[in-house]
Order: sequence, then structure tokens, then C-alpha cells
Amino acid sequence: MINAVGRLIPDAIKGIAPVRPYAGPFAAVPAGRTAGPKLRANNPGSDKLMKSIDQAIEAAGLRDGMTISFHHHFRNGDFVLNQVVEAIARRKITGLTLAPSSLNDINDAILPHIEAGVITAIETSGARGKLGKLLTSGKLAKPAVIRSHGGRARAIEAGELKIDVAFIGAPCCDHYGNINGIEGRSACGSMGYAMVDAAFADKVVAITDNLVPYPATPISIPQTQVDFVVILDSIGDPAGIASGALRISRNPRELLIAEYAAGIIEHSGYFRNGYSLQLGSGGASLAAARFIKEKMLARGITGSFGLGGITAPMVEMLEQGLFQTVFDVQDFDVSSIQSLKNNPRHVEVSASYYANPHNGGPAVNNLDVVILSATEVDVDFNVNVITDSNGVIMGASGGHSDTAAGARLAIVVAPLLRGRLPMVIDRVHTIVTPGETVDVVVTERGLAVNPRRTDLIGNLKGSGLPVMSIEELRQIAYDLAGRPAEIRVSDEVVAVVEYRDGTIIDVVRKPL
Amino acid sequence: MTKLLRTAQAGTVESTDILITVAPAEDGTGVRIELSTPTLAQYGEHIKSLIAKTLSSYGIEDAVVNANDKGALDYTIEARVTTAVARATR
Repeated sequence: MINAVGRLIPDAIKGIAPVRPYAGPFAAVPAGRTAGPKLRANNPGSDKLMKSIDQAIEAAGLRDGMTISFHHHFRNGDFVLNQVVEAIARRKITGLTLAPSSLNDINDAILPHIEAGVITAIETSGARGKLGKLLTSGKLAKPAVIRSHGGRARAIEAGELKIDVAFIGAPCCDHYGNINGIEGRSACGSMGYAMVDAAFADKVVAITDNLVPYPATPISIPQTQVDFVVILDSIGDPAGIASGALRISRNPRELLIAEYAAGIIEHSGYFRNGYSLQLGSGGASLAAARFIKEKMLARGITGSFGLGGITAPMVEMLEQGLFQTVFDVQDFDVSSIQSLKNNPRHVEVSASYYANPHNGGPAVNNLDVVILSATEVDVDFNVNVITDSNGVIMGASGGHSDTAAGARLAIVVAPLLRGRLPMVIDRVHTIVTPGETVDVVVTERGLAVNPRRTDLIGNLKGSGLPVMSIEELRQIAYDLAGRPAEIRVSDEVVAVVEYRDGTIIDVVRKPL
Repeated sequence: MTKLLRTAQAGTVESTDILITVAPAEDGTGVRIELSTPTLAQYGEHIKSLIAKTLSSYGIEDAVVNANDKGALDYTIEARVTTAVARATR
């Protein structure tokens, strides 16, 4: 069947049932009730402390074919996922579905256990490097399922992603399982993604290197959701968990893109007191913060909230009073973690609060402006952030489609060429974010407004910004580099890309 | 017809450049091109034919070419081939 973005989705996909084609950003209407964990009891005097991961695995009742989950707040400093998978492999458990909120390069260490059949299915936001290649290889028992952060929270709450055992890296934890992410040597800041796992998994194992006297406060994940606590020497590498001081880009191309993005915001009609903003973590997006800040100061504008994965530029704007509040689902650097710890206006939120489309309304719905990076954009404004120019998985869906759908102004930034490869093309290899939810595409050679947004086209007239059609942008790229030949793929579906509402927006086929 | 007299190079392996090495070949063996490029699937055939065309514009019919591409655009490729030929025929 052909879905609403024109992609051919097979009627039947191994291990995926039912196959629901994408029908539009808000077409899917949820029905039924949220899922929930099995009822359980811990009577007075019960002991949650386990001597080892092995003991916790046994106590949690982990068996062949179950689903395990992890959160990726430790980023490339994560020791938890690898150690747990190794322990599971030692116990000869096989056929597991691995469902982490995302995967990082450091998790390449589990590859042998995937080859050996300990893990036979993966549902996550994305992967890079060797894991990305593996997901594209078709070696798993069923296609990988790629979900956005909001889509994952939705799938868990809807019971579509049923987690048997959640393993939660806990930077600060007490013996009864109260957890926060802001204290301890492995502090990661917000526990936003893990909150959903903790609330909906049948069994929850907290893994900490920082056991504190009861009660651990503040409480991000409560003891009522935690079954077992394991103490390890180290759950992460602080240098990999949080980046140090960010250097604002000096790349002239990124700075030019950033300046254009800030100019669009200024003239968009949304730049007024009380507006809200999310910045992506790419170079141009972070550089845009500097220009936006200057414009806010010059015009005396203050915003209501900043959202997202949080980085130092957003924290600075919070501290300078340019934003009232920051909503934080994940932290990328030391200053963001410190801010969450010390600033009461810096608020930790769950992935569901952040972006789940099927609850009472996530924070992305209140977002005015988001700046997002892209791997490829096409003339229909569809965005690919998951596969590279050879069709191999090398990125993550993240909050891309969630924020694009929620925000009143979704700005996508990308260089027009990467090396020789045009980034504005006829047809992106894989659609993660539908063009209907993307408002402006910005490159160093000019910017294009989605023709649906006649209001925005009007507002940007007279701004002095180099506005052109998306076809003109593509033509500039093709004039420089030539039209790229399309990547040839087989019929074998190796991954399905779920839209945030659970429908299938695209599939990744194995490259030939 | 022009003959290459020696092996010669032009270019670098910096991003968006190409390192071209040309070497003489026996008469009648034609132009053989070994290309490595991150854009093999998208532009591999195009780059090879551009190199061959540029060589032929200088009357070179036999050559062994090694092209180590880092995402160069056409005019860079033509310029590097031209310089490599000039050095090899001097």
C-alpha cells in the first residue's frame, strides 16, 4: 500500500502486526486504555538490594523471548546496557527484544551478543556506527522498529511496546529505589526517558554507583515503581555522559545558516513576549542561540519556556531571564545538569510529557519555534535523519517528528552540500518527518518556505532573507554537484520507521 | 596523441578535493581508472567518465589513473587531472 507521504509500505511485514500506514500527522485517533505493569507487592521489611546484576536478572524472572529496556541519558558514557546484556548472555537467555530509548557508539560492545542470538529484535530511536550497520543488515529476526521519543512513550503507554524488565541507570539511588539523575559521579541530569519505562515495565531494576541513605531526594523515579536495586562500582564515564563547555561553531557555513534561522524567527510573527523555543543539538542550531539571544535582548523580548534536550545556550538564556522556564527531558552538558539541580525554574519532564501525541497533550503542542537538523530534505519538505547517503542507518529519530508536528514554526537547517552530496534532493531515502509538518528549510545558499505556509511567506517578505522555492534550492545543489544516482535497494525490509502515532511512515530496505 | 612520460600527481586528500595520480601505460591498453570515493553509488560512473573525457581532451589514450576522491566537484576534478597531465608530460 502507498501511505500518505507516497511511500510503498508492504501489506505484511515480518513481526509487525498490524501494519498501519501513515495517514497524516494527526489522522490516527487512539482508542482503548493505557497499559500498565502487573500488580505486585513489597511488604514491610522487604529487601530490594541485590548483590549483582545476575541476581537481579534472576529475581526479575527474565526469560527467553522477553523485552528489556534501557534509557540513553548516559549517552556515550553508558556502562549499564553493555554490562546487563553481558550478564544476560552469561545466563544463556536468548531471543530477547532490546528496547532502549536510543543506542550510542559505546553500545557496539553488545554486537557479539546479537550475533549469538541473545538479542534477536531491536526497537529504539536509532543507531550509528556498527550497530547502525547491523540494523541495516537484516540479521535480526524481524525488522528493527524506529520510534521517535514521543512515539516510544506512546507505544509503551498504549501497550504496543510491552517492557518485561526495565534496567535503569541511577546516578543517585536509595536502597528502596528512589532515583534522581542530578547527584553522584555519573550524574546525567533529567531522567525523562526512563520515567516512562519505570512506570510501565512489569519489573524495574535500578542500577547505581551511588547508594545514598534513605530517602534519596529529589525523587525523579519513585520507589513505588522499582523492584530491585543493584550497586556497581561504576555505571558510566562522566566524560562520555556530559560534554564540557560547548564551543560555539566557527564554521562560517554553520554561522550563516544560524543567522538565517534567527532572522526567520525574528520575522516569522511568533517572535513576541511569551514565545517558546527548542534548539536541536547540531552545530548550526546551537549557533543560532547566540543570534536569537541578541535579537531577544535588542527587542526586549522574553520567552515562556525552552524545551527539549537541554544544552548550555538554553541554560544561559534561562539564567539571564530570557526564558521563564526550561522543560528538560535530557541533558547534554555539565552546565545543563547543574542548572536542573540548582534552578527551580528548570523542570524535569518525562518523554510522555515532552512529546507523546496520545495523552492529554504534550509540551511540544505548546511550542512556537523549533530548529532541527537534517541529513536530507526533499522538494516535498520531507526530512530524513535516519539513513546516510548509502541507505545505511546512522542516526536517530529522536524528537524530530514530535517537535515538527507540535511547533507552530519548524525550521530545518542543513548545509546544501555535504562534500559533493546535495542535501536538498528530489526524494529523501527515508522519511522520518513528513513535509506537511516542516515549515522552512534553511541552507547557506538560501531558504525555502513550505508553500502551505502562505502566512509565513508573507511575513518573511521584506525581511532581506534569501527566500526562494525549494526547487530552486535543489537546482543550485544539482548545478554544483549533478543529480545523484538513487541508492539501489533490495525488497528486504530491515527496519520500519514508525511515525509518532504508531503508523508506518516509511521502511528501510537493505541496500544492494 | 600525447604520451605520458612519467608518473605524476595533483590534488590533495582534503575534504572536497581529489588526489589524481596518472602513470604511463603500454600503447593500446587504454585508460584504466581506479576510483575510491565516498560517493561511489551516486557519482562513481560520472567521475570516471569525467576523468576519461578530460584525459582524452589532451590526446591521452593510454594511462593508469588512481583517483582518491574526497567529494570534489567537477571543476576540481578537471583541474586536478589537467595539472597531473601537465606534470606527467613535461
